[in-house]
Amino acid sequence: MGKAFLPVDRAALGTIPPPTFGTRLSTYIYLRPWLILLLLLGPPMLWMGVVYLGSLATLLLNSFFHLDSFTGQVVRQLSLDSYAQLFTRTNLDIVQRTAGMAIFVTLADAILAFPLAYYTARYASPRARTSLYLAVLIPLWSSYLVRIYAWKLILAKEGILSWLFGALRLDGLLEWLLGLPVIGGPSLSVSYIGMFIVFTYVWLPYMILPIQAALERVPKSLVEASGDLGARPAQTFRHVILPLAFPGVVAGSIFTFSLTLGDFIVPIAFGNSSFIIGQAVYSHMGTSGNIPLAAAFTMIPIAIMLFYLMGARRLGAFDAL
Amino acid sequence: MKDNLVPAVRFTQVSRHFGEVVAVDHVSLDIPDGEFFTMLGPSGSGKTTCLRLIAGFERPTNGTILLHGKPVTNLPPYEREVNTVFQDYALFPHMTVAENIAYGLMIRKVARAERERRVNEMLELVRLVGLGGRKPLQLSGGQRQRVALARALVNHPRVLLLDEPLGALDLKLRQQMQVELKSLQQRVGITFVYVTHDQEEALTMSDRLAVFNHGRVEQVGTPAEIYEHPQTPFVAGFVGVSNLLSGEQAKAITGNGDTFSIRPEKIHLASPQAEVPQEMYAVDGAVRDVVYLGLYTRYLVELEDGSDLVVVQQNLDTTSMDVLSARGRKVRLLWQRSHIRRVSGL
Repeated sequence: MGKAFLPVDRAALGTIPPPTFGTRLSTYIYLRPWLILLLLLGPPMLWMGVVYLGSLATLLLNSFFHLDSFTGQVVRQLSLDSYAQLFTRTNLDIVQRTAGMAIFVTLADAILAFPLAYYTARYASPRARTSLYLAVLIPLWSSYLVRIYAWKLILAKEGILSWLFGALRLDGLLEWLLGLPVIGGPSLSVSYIGMFIVFTYVWLPYMILPIQAALERVPKSLVEASGDLGARPAQTFRHVILPLAFPGVVAGSIFTFSLTLGDFIVPIAFGNSSFIIGQAVYSHMGTSGNIPLAAAFTMIPIAIMLFYLMGARRLGAFDAL
Repeated sequence: MKDNLVPAVRFTQVSRHFGEVVAVDHVSLDIPDGEFFTMLGPSGSGKTTCLRLIAGFERPTNGTILLHGKPVTNLPPYEREVNTVFQDYALFPHMTVAENIAYGLMIRKVARAERERRVNEMLELVRLVGLGGRKPLQLSGGQRQRVALARALVNHPRVLLLDEPLGALDLKLRQQMQVELKSLQQRVGITFVYVTHDQEEALTMSDRLAVFNHGRVEQVGTPAEIYEHPQTPFVAGFVGVSNLLSGEQAKAITGNGDTFSIRPEKIHLASPQAEVPQEMYAVDGAVRDVVYLGLYTRYLVELEDGSDLVVVQQNLDTTSMDVLSARGRKVRLLWQRSHIRRVSGL
C-alpha cells in the first residue's frame, strides 16, 4: 500500500550548521536543570526573601523593643514589655472584637457565597457562567477605596438604605438595630453592623471563587452515581457535594478571615472609638509613635492565622489548590 | 413464573433529542428478565443514551419505558430499582472502599451490622477482601472497577446497567474481567444491560445484543445470529469484518444484483487455474497486500474491476516467509454459496 519513499538527496538537505554563541548558550543551560531552576525561581525568591520576609523579620524584631513612656523614645533592647501591654483590658478587647468580626464576616460570606458558587458551577449555561464569573471579578478590578466610600454613602444617615427602610415603613427596625448595645451606633455608617456589612461585601469574591473551583471539580458522574444508589438530591448534597466542596469553603475562609483581621481602612471608615486591630496598629504607628506596640499587635493576626492554616491543612483546604 | 414473561426493560418508540441532534430515534426493545443484554455500536450511536434513559439520568423526548412492567418514564434515578456501573467508575473519592460499597445501604437506612455483613460479602464476591479501608485513589484500575461493581450489586438491583465498564483496562485484564462478569451474572441471575463499542466483547459475553447505528437499532439477536446473519450492511461491517458485494460485481459473481456480505474467513485462496466446484462461487484477482498477524494472515485481494476483498487464512502450514511472498500473485477466490448473506440494500 502507498508509494515507496523517494530516494533522499542528503546533500540537498544541508548539514547542521556549526553552533553559534546562542546555540551553545542554550545547550549549556539545557544540560543543567539546576540552572533553569535558578533562573526561573531566583528573582522571585530574592524579592520574597528580602522584601517580604525581611520586613516581617524587622517587624518581629521591633515587637521585642519597647517605648520608654517617659521620654517617648523607642528603647532598642530585647524585652517582652510590648507583648505585656497587649494583655491590658483595652487591648484584649480589641483582639476579641477583631477575631469576632473576622468570624462573623467569614460565616456570612460562606453562607452568601455557597448558593451562588453552586448555581454557577452546576446549573449555569456556559454563557451565564462567564457573565457570573465576570460579575464576581469586576468589583475586584475597581478601587477598593472607591467601593468603600460608595458604601459609606449607602449606609449614611440620609443614605439610600435608611431611605429604603423608611419607604418600607421599617424605620422602627432600623432604630432598634442601631440601638443595640456594642454593635449599634448613631448610624449604619458608624457602627459594627455597617463595618460587618462592608467587610462581608468586599471579601465576598474571595469566598465565591475557591468554592466554585471546588464544586467544578466534582464530576457530574458522582452526583449521578449518588442518585443511582437511591439518594435524593438533598442526600446527595449532604453526603457527596458538601464534603467535596468543603476544602473550597475552608480555602475561601482563609482569605476572608485573614483579610478581615488585617484590614485598617474599613474600620477607620466605619468604626468608632472602640478599635479593632487595624485601627490600633494604625494609631500606634502614626500619632503615638509606638512602633514596638504596633508591631506586637500585628503579631496577633499572624499567630491566629498560623493556627488557622494548620487547622485548614488538616481539613484538606490545600489539596484544592 | 408469570414474572418471567414481563420483560425487565421495555422501550416503546423511545426517542431522545438534544436540541437538533437525535441521539435515540424511535427505539423499541424488550430485554427479558435475567438476560445478559448488550447494546453495541460506534460512539454517538445512541447506546449510552439508551442506558442513561433506563437509569433515569435522561428522560425521553417521546415514548415510554417500562421496568418490570412498571412505567418509569418520569421517575428520577433514585426511585428506580436499577443500579449503574459507570464508565469512569464514579467512586466517591472522600469515602473508603467499604463506605463506597455501603453507600446505597446507608441511604436506605439499613442497620449498621447488616450493612457491614453485606459489604464484607461483596468484598469477597469481587475478591477485594482486606481492601475495605482504602481510598479509591489507592487502588488500581481493575480494583476500582470491581469496587464500582460491588457498590451497585450490594443493593440487589433488578437490572444492572454497565457503561463500557472495561474500557479503561488493558487487554489482558479486560479479557479476564469479561469472563468474570459473565460468570458473575450467571451466579446472581440479575439482568445485565451492557454498553460497549467492542464487538468482540459483545459477542463473548451476551445472551443477546442490539446493534445501534445513528440512534436506531439495526438488529437484535444472539451473537451467532448477528454474526452469521447480519441483516443490514452496517451490521455486516461493524460486527466482524465483512466484504460487501453489490450491483454489477454481485451480478457477475452470483447472477443477482442485490447487496451481499461474505466473511473474510469463509473465502478460500486458490491458484488461478483451480476448478470451481458446483456449490461454490469464484472470482479472480491479484494479492495487493499481505498483513502477517501471527495466528492468521490477512490478504487484500484486488479484483479485476478494481475493488478489494479481504481474505483471512489461518497460518496452519504457512510461515511468514510463505505468506509475504504471496504479494502480487494472481489468485482465484472461492467460497461456499451458502456462506453468502443477503443484506437489505440501503
